[in-house]
Amino acid sequence: MRIVDRRLNPGGKSFSNRQRFLRRVRDTVERTVREASRERAIEDLENAQEVTVPADGAREPLFRHMPGDRRDFVLPGNRDYVEGDLIDRPEGASGQGGREPGRGHGQDDAFRFVLTREEFLSIFLDDLELPDFAKRGLVDTQKLGSRRAGYSTSGTPANLSLKRTMQMSLARRIAMGRPRHRVVERLEEEAASAKGSEASELLEEALRTRARRMRIPFLDPVDLRYRRFERFPRPVAQAVMFCLMDVSGSMTEHMKDLAKRFFMLLHIFLTRRYQRVDIVFIRHTDEAQEVDEETFFRSTETGGTIVSSAMVEMDRIISDRYDPASWNIYGAQASDGDNMLSDNELTRTLLQDKILPLCQYFAYLEVANTNESHSLSYVGGSSLWNAYTPLAAKARNFQMRRVARRDHIYPVFRELFRRRDGAHAEEAT
Amino acid sequence: MSQLLFEGKDWSFETLQAIYDAVESVAKNDLALDTFPNQIEVITAEQMLDAYSSTGMPLLYRHWSFGKRFAQFEGVYRAGLQGLAYEIVINANPCISYVMEENSATMQALVIAHAAFGHNHFFKNNYQFRQWTDPGGILDYLAYAKNYIASCEERYGEAEVEQLLDAAHALAPQGVDRYPRKRRMSLLDEERRNRARREESERLYNDLWRTVPTAGEAARKTIDHQRALLRLPQENILYFLEKTAPKLASWQREILRIVRLISQYFYPQQQTKVMNEGCATYCHYRIMNALHEAGRIGDGSFLEFLQSHTNAIRQPTAHDPSYSGVNPYALGFDMMSDIARIVREPTEEDRHWFPDIAGRGDEIAVLKDVWANYRDDSFIAQFLSPHLMRKWRLFHIVDEADAPKLKVESIHNERGYQDLRRSLASDYEAGRHTPDIQIVDVDLAGSRRLVLHHHVFAGEILDVVDAALVLRHLTSLWGYEVMLEEVDAATNEVLKAHMASPEP
Repeated sequence: MRIVDRRLNPGGKSFSNRQRFLRRVRDTVERTVREASRERAIEDLENAQEVTVPADGAREPLFRHMPGDRRDFVLPGNRDYVEGDLIDRPEGASGQGGREPGRGHGQDDAFRFVLTREEFLSIFLDDLELPDFAKRGLVDTQKLGSRRAGYSTSGTPANLSLKRTMQMSLARRIAMGRPRHRVVERLEEEAASAKGSEASELLEEALRTRARRMRIPFLDPVDLRYRRFERFPRPVAQAVMFCLMDVSGSMTEHMKDLAKRFFMLLHIFLTRRYQRVDIVFIRHTDEAQEVDEETFFRSTETGGTIVSSAMVEMDRIISDRYDPASWNIYGAQASDGDNMLSDNELTRTLLQDKILPLCQYFAYLEVANTNESHSLSYVGGSSLWNAYTPLAAKARNFQMRRVARRDHIYPVFRELFRRRDGAHAEEAT
Repeated sequence: MSQLLFEGKDWSFETLQAIYDAVESVAKNDLALDTFPNQIEVITAEQMLDAYSSTGMPLLYRHWSFGKRFAQFEGVYRAGLQGLAYEIVINANPCISYVMEENSATMQALVIAHAAFGHNHFFKNNYQFRQWTDPGGILDYLAYAKNYIASCEERYGEAEVEQLLDAAHALAPQGVDRYPRKRRMSLLDEERRNRARREESERLYNDLWRTVPTAGEAARKTIDHQRALLRLPQENILYFLEKTAPKLASWQREILRIVRLISQYFYPQQQTKVMNEGCATYCHYRIMNALHEAGRIGDGSFLEFLQSHTNAIRQPTAHDPSYSGVNPYALGFDMMSDIARIVREPTEEDRHWFPDIAGRGDEIAVLKDVWANYRDDSFIAQFLSPHLMRKWRLFHIVDEADAPKLKVESIHNERGYQDLRRSLASDYEAGRHTPDIQIVDVDLAGSRRLVLHHHVFAGEILDVVDAALVLRHLTSLWGYEVMLEEVDAATNEVLKAHMASPEP
């Protein structure tokens, strides 16, 4: 008998089968993930998600019988029937005579399983076609760190690894058979004490050994090893994301949905980059207020619209809780663009002078109803749009877009964040 | 000094070894079990899930359906609806039994007794396994299959291979030989037979027959000859496709062969579920009891064992909401114990019903003979005793489609025993659950259409949706039209026909 410990064998043997399976039921999974992104809270979005795969998604058909005209069951646990009794057909599946062993297939095709966080995200982001996104944006917020990365044969003396060098040296000396000091000494002593022809032989050998020892150096340049360091982008530790939304009566559910999807993308993007991301929800009508997510997205108020109130609130919260020296601050504002005319000038000034200098980035997203045209070159825009337009040209960390349909969110989002490198500065607006 | 093999729940490799030695000595000396050498492998719960989803095999080619199975098991397991099986045992030589690291020492003892001895003995001795499986070569073969299919994926693309495997899996139940193939005759035998045939035809020769016109005869003969070459009718559809499908490339044939051989390998397990579990459960029960009596297992651990054992052989009655069919562990264990009882202490009734074994006195010899020579249906037909039918209070219900009510056909009484036994046994006939489908003809002269017959018993025709999907797979392999006729086995009437054409 043998006992084998297999626990240390690499696990996850099913991983690639699971990947194949996911690919197979991709449509279903995508639908579920999309629904999740509509229904779940922003912060929960990345948690593992349960998926129900219906029968047609992963069906494995086999030839099988339909129940015939006559079915037989031999069952245990007779209570009081006698031969020849007639009994009613049971209701539902349970009860006597209900099921027959071995006929249970059919239902097992649909089942629930749980996506891992990575699987969920990759499908979520893939749904939005988010290629290499993390590598792109916000390069200037990264700090480069350096970390150990093995050894190299060249480097500065300060990085010489004595231990590794000596190991190399020892290995080489053993491999090349460098005689030890002791051996040479012993030979020389033996030669000195020997007589006659034996003495000369021994002496010769001692000399040969000594010469060999001299020829193979103790330390050779090929032994040298240097500690190698490599640079890697070190994520900045923490970020806060301000979600500003107009909730006055003119904002429809559809508009809020657009806004929410945008905020979600921003959140996922930030959480992938930073260790800690805070979200602050500010909603405003003619006055602004910090709220929780539920209130933020669900409730509708009526009243006038004064966007500048949100700016004031954001500025207040920053100075209260988020020191720009240690926090990366992001802002995203979603609005249908209606603002009190008299407030536009104030809003722009606040944004330009107070908010933008504190922010890494601020995006304005104007949301429109589906039937309105989605337009990158939006002319004759809303009052807020017109007020912001001069800013977009000036401030590098401010961008604005207008979306009407859900599937436009991602391209706009990518566009907004890609602009940071300045390459496409004039593409839109 | 304490004789205990272990105390408490913890185990170490030394404990495992000690447990194994103790179990082995009971298994060899008291039960005279004849087993393959054993290999015990300690694995984690996740690895157990892995093994589960690849039909228990330690290595298997890749396919999405195994991922699906993994997700299914994992879901159920994580939801806490079901514990993992404590063990998986592989019919290989050496016989591999997995034990989970989370198991308590008692459970390890149970698993070793159950799998490494009970199942192992069954694998080695049951005629079904002896006939159909090659325990010495299976692991190498699976390794070969895995590599071969992986290399095909590399060469021909994953999608292509996946499609082929989907088709092969759909036909896998139709990929087993249910009867041993005829042995090749030796040259000597063949020569002898030919001579006998020649002599016979000389004896019967009558010159008059030459004058009978033979028009049309020749043509039919060639077709018959061709059918004979194709070995029609053929029930092993995968075998037929592998050998004769005109459009398959050789790598595709090889993959069909792999699926077919693995399907064949598991065929005996399907037919001996009750017996196999019964044998293993009976063995572990005897072994654990012997160890407890010998003072090697403490009372507390023995109680733990009894609890698992009782759970495993629980059989809810048909009135119970949790009833989901006959539990093979329960039926198998009770039948084994019942046979032991009949051999040891038969009643008059037992003597009448089982004259061959009643009172023989050596239950192990009788059981070993049973384990070696039966499969579930024949085992139940032969050994389900009136005593056990009464104990289980079995009753037989008939559900006729056009009858307003269900009828109690028979119950556990003198008049009902034979009927109960026959009906329960027929539930386990291998043929009853796998539709009997054969390839009967190929239109060689024209369209190359493949014709299959499904022999319908008791009006059980095929599920239409599934049948259509499987046929689509079949046409993709065959490459031409396929027709499946459902023929009533009694009247030869065609009840239904399915057609499928290959996608252009």
